[in-house]
Amino acid sequence: MKIAVCIKRVPDSETRVKIGSDGKSLDEAGVKFILNPYDEFAVEEALRRKEQAGTGEVVVIALGPPAAQETIRTALAMGADRGVLLQTQGLLPDGLETAKALAAELKGAGFDLILLGKMAIDDYNHQVGPMVAELLDLPCVTAVAHLEIAGGKGTAEREIEGGVEVVEFPLPAVLTTDKGLNEPRYPALKGIMAAKKKPLEVKPTAAGPGALEILALALPPERQAGRIVGEGSAAVAELVRLLREEAKIL
Amino acid sequence: MSNVLAVLEQRDGAIRKVSHEVVTGARRLADALGGGASVEALVLAAAPVRGADQLGGFGADTVMTLTNAAFGIYAPEGYARAIADRVNTAGYGAVVFAASATGKDLAPRVAARLGRPLVQDIIDVSVQGGAVTAIRPVYAGKALLKVRVAGSPAVLSLRPNVFTPVQRPKAGRQETAAVDGSRGRVVVTQIKAAPAGTLDVAEAPIVVSGGRGLKEPGNFKVLEELAAAFGGRAAVGASRAVVDAGWRPHAQQVGQTGKTVSPTLYVAVGISGAIQHLAGMRTSKVIVAINKDKDAPIFKVADYGIVGDLFEVVPKLTEEIKKLRG
Repeated sequence: MKIAVCIKRVPDSETRVKIGSDGKSLDEAGVKFILNPYDEFAVEEALRRKEQAGTGEVVVIALGPPAAQETIRTALAMGADRGVLLQTQGLLPDGLETAKALAAELKGAGFDLILLGKMAIDDYNHQVGPMVAELLDLPCVTAVAHLEIAGGKGTAEREIEGGVEVVEFPLPAVLTTDKGLNEPRYPALKGIMAAKKKPLEVKPTAAGPGALEILALALPPERQAGRIVGEGSAAVAELVRLLREEAKIL
Repeated sequence: MSNVLAVLEQRDGAIRKVSHEVVTGARRLADALGGGASVEALVLAAAPVRGADQLGGFGADTVMTLTNAAFGIYAPEGYARAIADRVNTAGYGAVVFAASATGKDLAPRVAARLGRPLVQDIIDVSVQGGAVTAIRPVYAGKALLKVRVAGSPAVLSLRPNVFTPVQRPKAGRQETAAVDGSRGRVVVTQIKAAPAGTLDVAEAPIVVSGGRGLKEPGNFKVLEELAAAFGGRAAVGASRAVVDAGWRPHAQQVGQTGKTVSPTLYVAVGISGAIQHLAGMRTSKVIVAINKDKDAPIFKVADYGIVGDLFEVVPKLTEEIKKLRG
């Protein structure tokens, strides 16, 4: 099994967002960056598939700034074999341009599976995986929460509103991973040491500007500070009255 | 060409409610584009679908049903091909999807086929200097990103529960045509339905969420009873802590690594209000918090709070709601 995992460096989910001086980007000062949590499921799944097959290679590919090398090292420490950084200046607002750069790297490389997180927790674009699949003309299932692969075919389950979709597809394929697929491993000390020696290739990448222009990044309007209606079950009647008469939603 | 294509969803041969929002958003965008732009609503199905005749009421000029025996159930590749072909043939100023589970899967495929960018999960749309602009939450709603789309069509998906359906009656002319195509390589073989009446947290108008304050998984029963009291309009949600602990399924998680929700009413029970949770529910219209710790951060975003023991407060609330609904 030769498996590619596309990963992304993102701000930690506990980050307090401050807007940069250009009014269009995140102020990165003091921000801790992590491997996108949804990508952890992709890395873990790739490692398990390779371990089950007993042979193969797991290649992690990141598109991002030079610092994304650390993110790749995290995936290498989990057990991936080698990494590729498609090095760009800043992040691309247009997911299609990200997909094009990844597809160019993946094309013709003979991967049986290409895995990505279903979305990144920074831009919430939720699109790069299926776009990569379209560009490479590969079958794709998104937001996979359960996966079985045998004999060149896969069966995936993905959550939809009010149920679960069962989806069959042939390999090679592009899959995006959802929480629930597996429990990602923590890199062990041995893995962290080994990761330092694993190959990591850096390729300067000139992605196109795309057709999206960022006009502004702003904090959402603050919610009006609410009020404590009261204490204990005695306050419930008043709460219901407020929901009916003031908020007018009941 | 500045007409707007609204891509609808059907399940079991009936239009899904979220499609009313898609037509509403598409109507708003068409009116902003001006020049008498019309809204064409498109649904793919095996046969004519129930509820298509209501879409004129939300502003669709035309409702086009494209039928193919392979399109009864969502077929990712077949649908993407049929929609992209339609867009290439007819030409549109914009193509609008719902940012539902299906829409988030389908829209990127269509956009890539068209070689167009996709603005996913938007909460507002307008037209400035002839170009479509849209606002979407990023960092799980901790910030809002405004983008402008150069060229056409603009491909957009609308966050559920944000574009409240508005009655804007139009002709709603019904057209049905058979369309060529096959399912493709990716085949949905089955939909395992959740128990009848279960709403998805991302689409429910009322969400009742629980956290560690519930103390143990079995205690979510009190929240299920409260949700049931709302008569099929409420879904049960959960904080990351209790999902990670295995008390509740991930499908119910609200927050940065779960779902971002915008219900009319969000009731946070025994949830302290970690920043990643607040990010996922702060756009709710009204937030009610029930927590025994009066200093819990959840009270800073809640419109109404009750400090107290949830095991006393919630059953009382359930009783009051039941009374109200008679």
